[in-house]
Amino acid sequence: MADLAAAGEAPEILFWVGCAGAFDDRYKRVTRAFVRILDHVGTKYAVLGLEESCTGDPAKRAGNEFLFQMQAMQNITTLNGYNIKKIVTACPHCFNTIKNEYPALGGNYEVIHHSTYLQQLIDEGKVGMTGGESFKGRRITFHDSCYLGRANNIYEAPRDVLAALDADLVEMKRSRANGLCCGAGGAQMWKEAEPGRKEINIERAEEALATLSGTAAALANLGGVETETAAPAAHDLQGSIIAVSCPFCMTMMSDGVKNKEQESRVQVFDLAELVASAEGINA
Amino acid sequence: MVQTVIFALLLLAAFGLFAWQVRKIRANILVGRDRDASGNAAERLRKTFLVAFGQSKMFKRTTPALLHLVVYVGFLVINIEVLEIVIDGLFGTHRVLKFLGPVYDGLMATNEILAALVLVAVAAFWWRRNHQPPVRRFTGPELRMWPRLDANIILYIEVVLMFALFFMNTADLKLHEIEGKELAGTFPVSNLLVGLLPAASVGTLEVLERAGWWFHITGILLFLNYLPSSKHFHIIMAFPGVWYSRLVPQGQFSNVESITNEVRAMMDPSFVVPAPATNPDGSALAPTPFGAKDVDDLPWTNLLAAYSCTECGRCTSVCPANLTGKLLSPRKIIMDTRDRVEEKYNSPLIFQPNIYGAEAKHEPITDLANATLLRGKVTPEELWACTTCNACVESCPVNINPLESIIEMRRFLVLEESAAPASLNAMFSNIENNGAPWAFSPSDRFNWAEELYVAEGVSREVAQS
Repeated sequence: MADLAAAGEAPEILFWVGCAGAFDDRYKRVTRAFVRILDHVGTKYAVLGLEESCTGDPAKRAGNEFLFQMQAMQNITTLNGYNIKKIVTACPHCFNTIKNEYPALGGNYEVIHHSTYLQQLIDEGKVGMTGGESFKGRRITFHDSCYLGRANNIYEAPRDVLAALDADLVEMKRSRANGLCCGAGGAQMWKEAEPGRKEINIERAEEALATLSGTAAALANLGGVETETAAPAAHDLQGSIIAVSCPFCMTMMSDGVKNKEQESRVQVFDLAELVASAEGINA
Repeated sequence: MVQTVIFALLLLAAFGLFAWQVRKIRANILVGRDRDASGNAAERLRKTFLVAFGQSKMFKRTTPALLHLVVYVGFLVINIEVLEIVIDGLFGTHRVLKFLGPVYDGLMATNEILAALVLVAVAAFWWRRNHQPPVRRFTGPELRMWPRLDANIILYIEVVLMFALFFMNTADLKLHEIEGKELAGTFPVSNLLVGLLPAASVGTLEVLERAGWWFHITGILLFLNYLPSSKHFHIIMAFPGVWYSRLVPQGQFSNVESITNEVRAMMDPSFVVPAPATNPDGSALAPTPFGAKDVDDLPWTNLLAAYSCTECGRCTSVCPANLTGKLLSPRKIIMDTRDRVEEKYNSPLIFQPNIYGAEAKHEPITDLANATLLRGKVTPEELWACTTCNACVESCPVNINPLESIIEMRRFLVLEESAAPASLNAMFSNIENNGAPWAFSPSDRFNWAEELYVAEGVSREVAQS
C-alpha cells in the first residue's frame, strides 16, 4: 500500500490479510489463492503488508477492551492515513471487527468478506470456474463460520460460490443460523478448552463426516445433544470436502478430521482455494 | 350486593399487590447501568410484533412451538372471558357480553375448545419435563429445586384454572336446563360434561355455579400475584424485553466509552478527556469498574432480560460448550442474574435462589449477601468456556443476550483482576509486542507473498510495481 500511495495511486480494494492469513502456514495458502484470483480478474488491490496489525478481535472477545482499542486505533490511523474506502478480508473475525466495531472508534469503511466478493466475481462472470480442477460429483459440505453467519447474517454468499462449482453439495443438519461453532471463537483458539466430555471441533467434525458419508440421519441426537458414533456409510468419503470460510474453522475442522483419521480421504478447503482450483490458478 | 362489594375489594387487593410487586421489580431493573435504548421505535415495534407477539423465533422447533401456541392463544382469548367476569363481578350482571349474540356463541365455543386444548398441551409439557429422562434442556444444575417446582406449579395452576372454567360453565348449563331456560353462548365441552353433574336442586346448582365462578377468578388473581416470583412472568416481560433488545448485528460487542477516552488521550496529547459525571451536588461519583462484577455493573436491559427469561433452555441446548460437557450454561447466567438482583435488592414474595455446590464446582458460600454475581454465582470456568458463537442469542425466543453478560464479566476478570487464563495473557502480550496473537515476528508478516508465484519467480510487490 505504501508503494501505491507513494506513486499517488489508489487501489480499488484493500485486501486485509489478517494474522492467520499472514502467519499460519495453512492459511497462507488461502491468502495466496485469493491474491491469485484478484490478479486473475485484474482487480487493482493493495495490502498493508508490514503496516497491518491484529484487529484486536481476540483481545476484545477475551475481555481485554483496552488492548482491543489500542490495536483498533492504530489500524484506523493507518487505514485513514491511506484514505481506504473498501476493505476485503478472508477472515470473518477481522471482517466483523472492522465492519461493526471500528465505526465507534472512527473507522468507517465498506467491509466485504471474501465469500461475498467471490460471489460477486462469479455473478459478474469474471470468474467462470473453468480451466481447472473439476469438482463435479464430489461431495462438499459447508461449515458456517459464526462470525460470518449468526454474527452478520451472511449465509448464502458462500453457498452460492460453492454452487458454482457444480459439485454435490450436502448440508449438515446444524447449518446456517443453527450452525455449530468449530470451537475456536471467543479467543478459544489460544487456550485449552475448559474441562468437558469432548472437544467442540471433534463434535463438529463428526457431524461433517457423517453428513458427507450419508449417515447423519443415523446420528441419534443431532439438534440438541452431542453426536454419537455413526452408522455404516452410504457414500465413500474419498474425495469429499469440508468447505470453510474462516482461518480458525480451517484449523479446527482439519484437526477434527485428523482426529477421526480421515485426513487422507476428506480435505478441508477455504472457498478461495476451491475457486482458484476450479479456475486453474491455484499453486 | 354483598358479592359485588367483596369482589370489588378482592380485585382492588389483587391489583394493588401486583402493582406493589411490579414497582419493586422496576427498581431492581433500574439498578443496572445506563444504556440508551431510545429511538428506532418503528424497528422496535416491528420486532416486538414478530418476536414477542408473533412468536416467530419459537417456530424453530415445531412441536413445542405448537403446544406453546395453544396455551398462548388460549391465554389471550380467555382474557376476554376474564373481562366479562370482572364486569359481572363489579356490576352484579350475569354474562354481560351475551348481547353480542352469535359473536358471543363463537367466543364461548372458542374458549371452551382452547381450554380443552390447553389441558392437552399442559399434559404434554408436564410429560416432557417429568418423564425419565426428561428433554435434555429441562435438566442441569440450575434447573433443580425451586425452578423445577415452579415450572410444574405453573402447569398445575393452568389445569386447575381450566377445570374451574369448565365447572362454572357446566353448572350454569345444568341450572338453565333445570329451569327450562336457554343459556346464552355455545359450550361444546361443557355440554358433554352436563350429564356428569348429579340431579340437584336449583339452589345447589346456583351455589355450584357461583363456586366455580369465584374459584376461577380468585385463581386468576392469585396466579397474577404469583407471576413476579416465577419464570411465568415472561408472559408480561417478554414484550418490554424484546422491545429493548439490541438492534445491532449480533457480532458487534459493546464499546467501552471510558476506555476509548483513555486510548484517545494516549494517542493524541491534544485530546481532552470529558469530565466524569458527577452527583447532582457536584461531588464525584464512585468510580465504576470496567466490566461487571455484580448485577449493578450490567446494563439495565440485561436485568430486564433476566425477568423475561422463562428458563426454557433453548440457549443451553445449542451452546457448543454445554453440548460437549463444559460447565457453561447460558440459561444459568440469566437465572443467576435474576437471583442475584433479587438477593441484593428487592426479593419477590416467594424467593428461593439457586445455591450451587459441587455439581457446579462451587465452594460452599458462607456470606450470601456479599457473594457477587461473578464467583458468587457464575464461576470464571463457565465464562472462559464461551466461544462467543452467538448460538444462545440466536436461539432465544425472547431475544435475551447471555453473551453480553459473559463478555462484561470477562472484562472485569481481565481489566480489574488480571485474572485471564495464562495462555490468554500470552496471547495478549503477543498482540502488544508482535501485532499478532501468535509469537511471530512482525517482520515476517509479508512472507506469504514470497511464494506467491514461485513458479513464475515474481513476488506480488514486483507485480504491483
